[in-house]
Amino acid sequence: MVHFTAEEKATIMSLWGKVNVEEAGGEALGRLLVVYPWTQRFFDNFGNLSSASAIMGNPKVKAHGKKVLTSFGDAVKNMDNLKGAFAKLSELHCDKLHVDPENFRLLGNVMVIILATHFGKEFTPDVQAAWQKLVSGVATALAHKYH
Amino acid sequence: MVLSPADKGNVKAAWNVVGAHGPDYGAEALERMFLSFPPTKTYFPHFDLSHGSAQVKAHGKKVADALGNAVAHVDDLATALSALSDLHAHKLRVDPVNFKLLSHCLLVTLASHHPAEFTPAVHASLDKFFAAVSTVLTSKYR
Repeated sequence: MVHFTAEEKATIMSLWGKVNVEEAGGEALGRLLVVYPWTQRFFDNFGNLSSASAIMGNPKVKAHGKKVLTSFGDAVKNMDNLKGAFAKLSELHCDKLHVDPENFRLLGNVMVIILATHFGKEFTPDVQAAWQKLVSGVATALAHKYH
Repeated sequence: MVLSPADKGNVKAAWNVVGAHGPDYGAEALERMFLSFPPTKTYFPHFDLSHGSAQVKAHGKKVADALGNAVAHVDDLATALSALSDLHAHKLRVDPVNFKLLSHCLLVTLASHHPAEFTPAVHASLDKFFAAVSTVLTSKYR
């Protein structure tokens, strides 16, 4: 189980407080679909995903991205019990959505990159390390109930 | 994965923006990697890995110079990186999983310094480019 120091928690929460969840969510999901096009397999009903600009401007992508990142906010609030916090979502992603957990790792890394673009110098190696722990913990928690 | 003409254009343009910062960014990417993915440090027991280390700086320059060479010869990476490929296969033997980790940290470094240029399309092209370089560097492993 991943353990966060008090410092790591403070680092994570401080940055999260400044994130525009709606904007960042759309960007994260959009970049996932652009950079790793095979992830589009889960979104056949999203309409036009034919180019980078189509994807980034797609309203369904933005809406779903916001949903995903809002849920990620639960991770920030429950860093001491990620597996518990994401148990239900884990079952959903396995039983109903049939998402390969590798996709959670891909999305987590895309999120880290977006934080880097938004926060620039403030996104120091130490800050990145704390966030890598979090996205890795979330990916593991989301895969925990798979069978 | 094949690099399209657009990918190659994006990579060259991005590397132009990097310019003289190459060595600094190389060192920063390594530092990010050592902090975020501690097992990567096992390949450098002989290095001082503290912040600002001269050895990490020097190694960052090596990495950046090699990438610059790869960018300049993006149409024939296998030939341009052949010696490095031999080195990684027979001497360094870095487990292939680690190339993804360094590639990710290179992307984070570039994204943090040049957010405006790091568009989704450029991000995609660079990700593909680093993957292509990694593939060449591990191509003679077995």
